[in-house]
Amino acid sequence: MEFFLVTLLNSLSYGLLLFMLSSGLTLIFSMMGVLNFAHASFYMLGAYFAFQTSQAIGFWPALVVAPIAVAALGAITERYGLRTVHKYGHVAELLFTFGLAYIIEEIVHLIWGRAPVEYKIPAVLDFSAFSIFSTQYPAYRVFMMLVSVGMLIALYFALTRTRIGLIIQASLTHPDMVESLGHNVPRVFMTVFAGGAALAGLAGVIGGNAFVTEPGMAASVGTIVFVVVVFGGMGSLAGAFVASLVIGAVQTFSVGFDYSLLNLFALLGIETSADSAWYDLWKVTISQAGPVLPYILMVLMLIFRPKGLMGTREG
Amino acid sequence: MIGQYIRGSAIAAALFAVGMGAASANTVKIAYLEGLSGPFANVGEVGLRHLQFAADRINAKGGVLGQKIEVIPFDTKTSPQEAQLVFKQLVDQGIRYMMQGNGSAVAIALSEALGKHNSREPEKTVLYMNYGAVDPSLTNDKCNFYHFRFDADVDMKMQALTTYMAQQKDITKVYLINQDYAFGQSVAKAGRAMLTKKRPDIQIVGDDLHPLGKIKDFAPYVAKIKASGADAVISGNWGNDIALLIKAAKDAGLKAKFYTYYAGGLGTPPVIGEAGVGNLKQVTVFHSNIGGSGAAAEVEAYRKRFPDSKDDFYWTTIMTAVDMLTRAMEQTKSTDPTKVALAMENMKATQVTGEAYMRPENHQLVQPIFVSTFSKANGKDVKFDVERTGFGFQTDARIEAKDTVLPTTCKFQRPKG
Repeated sequence: MEFFLVTLLNSLSYGLLLFMLSSGLTLIFSMMGVLNFAHASFYMLGAYFAFQTSQAIGFWPALVVAPIAVAALGAITERYGLRTVHKYGHVAELLFTFGLAYIIEEIVHLIWGRAPVEYKIPAVLDFSAFSIFSTQYPAYRVFMMLVSVGMLIALYFALTRTRIGLIIQASLTHPDMVESLGHNVPRVFMTVFAGGAALAGLAGVIGGNAFVTEPGMAASVGTIVFVVVVFGGMGSLAGAFVASLVIGAVQTFSVGFDYSLLNLFALLGIETSADSAWYDLWKVTISQAGPVLPYILMVLMLIFRPKGLMGTREG
Repeated sequence: MIGQYIRGSAIAAALFAVGMGAASANTVKIAYLEGLSGPFANVGEVGLRHLQFAADRINAKGGVLGQKIEVIPFDTKTSPQEAQLVFKQLVDQGIRYMMQGNGSAVAIALSEALGKHNSREPEKTVLYMNYGAVDPSLTNDKCNFYHFRFDADVDMKMQALTTYMAQQKDITKVYLINQDYAFGQSVAKAGRAMLTKKRPDIQIVGDDLHPLGKIKDFAPYVAKIKASGADAVISGNWGNDIALLIKAAKDAGLKAKFYTYYAGGLGTPPVIGEAGVGNLKQVTVFHSNIGGSGAAAEVEAYRKRFPDSKDDFYWTTIMTAVDMLTRAMEQTKSTDPTKVALAMENMKATQVTGEAYMRPENHQLVQPIFVSTFSKANGKDVKFDVERTGFGFQTDARIEAKDTVLPTTCKFQRPKG
């Protein structure tokens, strides 16, 4: 019970962080039809900016400053990069973001070096918030969840209740009509791109010190974010939300299961020993296979339901 | 994939340029092969500073045989495949000495590449100084004449650690958590075997192998350890894998004692602080408070050279390796690796921890091993803190060199000297 509750909380905090990352990615995709390969790089930049600003003026200002800085970079990327290559089609846009991810990584190497930087949890949040039976739960994780949920609510209201949100939604499906009504659709695109980058940046600010801020963090989280977006359905925010929580839970809970195919064979009455064929494969436990499980889920989803959980487009 | 290739070759080209530019004719070149990017880059940089420190000391005294020692770093990204490519590069550049120590998977790959190269080109042999990759196979079934190990291997350390643990009557349930590759698997295997033999009443309540360098959040593992009811955890984790594990354990308020190989490695002590006092233990061939004027002088000299609080003296093995290498060169009046290797066999070393010698059967340095506990620095027996945290290690047990020797299955061919 204790294990279940603690792990549930851990998976929630991780899942919510994943959603913060994937929501921006899926919004950008549904609006511009571009899978932004550099999205996780904005996450990394958020962490590094927060590290730098928190050293100069403290964590709380960094929480605001870093996402804004990342948003500004996102806006510039869209305005002067993506918009320029847009006329050459989606492949050019895809390659552009792909290249950008590498450029950002190399720039991070140049400025902050190849080793992890010491971006620490602020002292005021470094205590245990409450105990579940005898396990302490760190306050910073609670803070992460609060920020994520706050962002989720803000995003929901911004998209459904505000004027700009309505225009964004309209531009998603009918960009030409919105444009002929006198709205500046390219600027809406830029806003969405900057907003998506800001969300990734914010995730970086709160994820960078909970985990590790290093040049490899973009690559390590980037693939998982794609899994989330594909699994949830391209362009579906609700799908991304469900998928984030599912993937978060799969990754967190799998650690706790030490069952392997050998256990299954034993149940079925098949006898195995160390000499059996493929024994090394059978003895891999779920906890060892944990890191691969999200990808297996993604492949299964693509086979049986190519549009994803709540996606609207095929393939 | 194309991007990766381009990136890889760009870095390789840059390193190559550095290597070529810096290499001058009359120096003894030591290639330092380590992950200088990626998740273990910080650990790689620590070793590089130690090697530089050792080389500078020799160079200040005029070098060896009138030649300066030159350290040339290569980035292996802690990947066996990458390391084998790097090995080809250093051979092409005519470098005859190399040093590596982080990651037994890399070490095994390098040792194999080295064996093939040396048997094909006996005129251009390369000598390998291993300062920290401790998978037992490197000095047993996969041993190689040109490979010398200066750190004690997994089994030697586990022997010391389990003997100490067997005396701790409060241990009833033990959890093993290790990195899923050659080294971590050896730790898990040795820990289970030796502990159940020495204390059959101890229950092994968990045995986890997690991906190397990929886990950024150990909270799920800690929840599992907690659920198992373990009162002691054995872990061979190193680099960020130990720092993050300890951090997660501290955040969850896990009360178990940690018996580790590398908790004293840089990065972990600042993470745990006060919570680690009495609960964090390590088995090593050195720590700053082993006592003796030699050890203190070494730590102080290193701190003077690298005053940053993140730097601390850690690898005596690198000092011993460079010391033995230069003495062997002076003894043979040669920088030929084959002659030097033959001289290094059975050579005695006086290191700051005490007497040590290179075992000729398998080229494993035999030296004292220490079990120590994280404690508050007190200016007396815990004179030096780690990374200026106010906490340092205190010796619980010292195992003399002769008591650490284990049987070996190594049978290598000696070249004719």
